Amino acid sequence: MSSPPEERSAWIMLVLAIVGYPVYLILLLTGATGAALPEADFAWPMIWTVAGSVAASVVLHALFRVYTDRDGNTRDERDRLIGRWADRAAYAFVVAGALAGLVLAMLRAEPFWIANAIFLGFFLSAALGSVAKIVAYRRGLPSRW
Amino acid sequence: MVKPTRVTNAIRRLRFDAGEMTQAELAERIGVTRQTLIAIEQGRYSPSLETAFRIARVFGVPLEQVFQYPG
Repeated sequence: MSSPPEERSAWIMLVLAIVGYPVYLILLLTGATGAALPEADFAWPMIWTVAGSVAASVVLHALFRVYTDRDGNTRDERDRLIGRWADRAAYAFVVAGALAGLVLAMLRAEPFWIANAIFLGFFLSAALGSVAKIVAYRRGLPSRW
Repeated sequence: MVKPTRVTNAIRRLRFDAGEMTQAELAERIGVTRQTLIAIEQGRYSPSLETAFRIARVFGVPLEQVFQYPG
């Protein structure tokens, strides 16, 4: 049985989230040699990581479409429902990241820590949203949610 | 893991009775993907009321003969 295009897309997003954050940390740490972390340039590593993730996502989706996708981009009611379920699960981490950023700003923390709290929230949200989607496709949605 | 649904269905038997209609054909006639039809048949997904009625209409039977809910 072939998996739905949306499930394959969720696998791509999960892999990119799992790979993307360590890549960001490597870029950050290699650029911060000798300097204290809060003084490190976090903006470019973030921008490169996001740009690289978007580019990798476009390429991987295109490859999957060419080589495995027999159902095209057809989305039906189940895909939309699972999408909403996964968005709801992922939303929690976006809020957690934003709240962490807000609290850090109130505590007059360095911009480095504020930006990184929000950035981590985005990656966790992408990872958890993908996991929620894959579980829903494989095992089904809970009857009440 | 919470069981996705308590609703059971007789789609597999109805397909068999309808000249071994394929999952792909039924999916196309009710407007869902084959993966979604498989999920419905296996009880991993409860379809919308509209889709449920479309399935019953394809087989020409009342809804209760397609889906059952244990009392």
